[in-house]
Amino acid sequence: MNKDFKKELLKTMLKIRYFEFAAGTLYKEGLIPGSIHLYIGEEAIAAGACANLKDTDYISSTHRGHGHIIARGGDLNRVMAELFGKVDGYNGGRGGSMHIATMDLGILGANGIVGAGIPIATGAAFSSWFRKSNQVTICFFGDGATNQGTFHESLNIASVFSLPVVYICENNLYGVGTCIKNTSKCQQLSIKSASYGIEGITIDGNDVTLVYETVKKAVEKARNGKGPTLIEAETYRWHTHFEGEPDTYRPADEVKFWKKKDPIARFEKELAGQKIIESDGINTLHEEVQNQVDMAVRFARESKTPDVNDTLKYVTI
Amino acid sequence: MKEITYKKALNEAIYEEMLKDKNIFVAGLDVGKYGGAFGVTEGLYEKFPGRIFDMPISEAGYTGMAVGAAMTGMRPIIELQISDWVTIASDQIVNNGANMPYLLMGKTSIPLVLRLPSGGYLSYACQHSHSWESWFCFVPGIKVVLPSTPYDAKGLLKSAIRDNNIVIFLEHKRLYNTKGPVPEEEYIVPIGKANIIKEGSDITIISYSYVINKVLEAAEILEKDNISVEVLDLSTVKPLDRETIINSVKKTNNAMVVQEVWESCSVASEVSAVISENCFDYLDHPVVRITAKESPIPFSPVLENFVLPQTEDITEAVKKIFSKK
Repeated sequence: MNKDFKKELLKTMLKIRYFEFAAGTLYKEGLIPGSIHLYIGEEAIAAGACANLKDTDYISSTHRGHGHIIARGGDLNRVMAELFGKVDGYNGGRGGSMHIATMDLGILGANGIVGAGIPIATGAAFSSWFRKSNQVTICFFGDGATNQGTFHESLNIASVFSLPVVYICENNLYGVGTCIKNTSKCQQLSIKSASYGIEGITIDGNDVTLVYETVKKAVEKARNGKGPTLIEAETYRWHTHFEGEPDTYRPADEVKFWKKKDPIARFEKELAGQKIIESDGINTLHEEVQNQVDMAVRFARESKTPDVNDTLKYVTI
Repeated sequence: MKEITYKKALNEAIYEEMLKDKNIFVAGLDVGKYGGAFGVTEGLYEKFPGRIFDMPISEAGYTGMAVGAAMTGMRPIIELQISDWVTIASDQIVNNGANMPYLLMGKTSIPLVLRLPSGGYLSYACQHSHSWESWFCFVPGIKVVLPSTPYDAKGLLKSAIRDNNIVIFLEHKRLYNTKGPVPEEEYIVPIGKANIIKEGSDITIISYSYVINKVLEAAEILEKDNISVEVLDLSTVKPLDRETIINSVKKTNNAMVVQEVWESCSVASEVSAVISENCFDYLDHPVVRITAKESPIPFSPVLENFVLPQTEDITEAVKKIFSKK
């Protein structure tokens, strides 16, 4: 990793962080309808993983998906406009926070159903394998999804056909309000891959360098026809499952413990230690990203609401 | 014209379309060397190496996989060995596949055919006898097709494979070995077009799939009582060919819908609603529905025959309509 690349990784994480802070505030103000699930605290996973992909590759995302979309190169303006339900959003206001999808970036959809995107990602990998197109798919999901049948069925299928897919389980310990310790006796989720003859690795998901390096190997392996990998990235969401939900289920000292493991502060310290970036440089980067997010908010506010006459435009049947 | 089975007609449709388009693949349980549980894919494994895939018994997994493959340029044909099990895959069909073209604002289509061996009258009992067309008709983004003859089976399957939407293609298990004329030359049958397969003047009976044979039998019996029955085969239940239904009912002034499956919120309900909305002033009698009794499908032939509609149910119901006049 060269200096500029490391700075880019930091910038991606900051973009996600500032975007999510803004989204949380705007949601409270009533400007974002529905429900949103923020990625704050998990930024290293999306940033480190997506940095390994080529433009032609694919990702599938989750209900907690803003980070994946941004790390994949999503335009902040259009992501924010989608959260607002505006016409300039990636899906013209048809999807909202949980359903951002765009084929231009190979984003096969965030998905509002836990584990539902795993077969789709596997299908994109099947399609790349069938077409011999050398594309790789990264499939993001949470700890809760490893209890879904779709997870197990997809891993088995990917293994049988040696599909070019990297499964990334973001283990943030909670499926909505229930701790994974209460829903899976298997505490190291990556070993679930052993049932399907797939390599499984558990890593510190708050270490962006480690995420990048681990996913890099898995992506190369997939691209070389050596099949899928399951990576469990251990992390924590700073906020509750959805915005506005009271945090009644997580011990305060647990939240505190994980906030200390902030992936961004940690990487900044690392970069400063390596003399890659001075504290002035970090501040400048923060300002730059904050400005981009402010602009995205302005863009979303000013974007038109969709024309109801277009509601059925893309309903084919 | 040649005489071939419904099964062979389906096989020919897949073969001909696979020759034309390299993006088509077939996946499902035992569809490879085994040739499919009902023999529909027989011989295709040898003819198209690397394009026919035996899948693990993971209906949700491989159906969702097909959705992802369809989003990225493939045209999958999936065989779900017994249609009852489409329930396991339904989330991938209705919550993923059907929504995607809409969310992606037309930039991606889902050209996916799900072939479902369906239906009862075989003593296969309550987990191997269903036909779930009514459920899928409910969902925007999905077409639902049920051919009743080899001619329609081939022509409609070719249309389904070329279609850019999800097509739920329900093949009746009792029809697989029935024979019928099929042209030597290439042809297609458009999706969404109902056919009047027997003309008549006193009552229109609207039906589809295997049970239409019971309707034809009933029509023949009723002719002897001087009741002239027009028989309309829907073939496609979504989108519904309203025009053909309406025109026929306006002509005969009486309507009956006959379907193999349960009554509540079904195709028969929808067709009845279309008739009442459009033909109210033309009707001499309320629309009558002949459907399965609302019970799990029993195993014992005597019980199954009681639950599923029979020829006598149709003749008696028609006679009742005319006896009141």
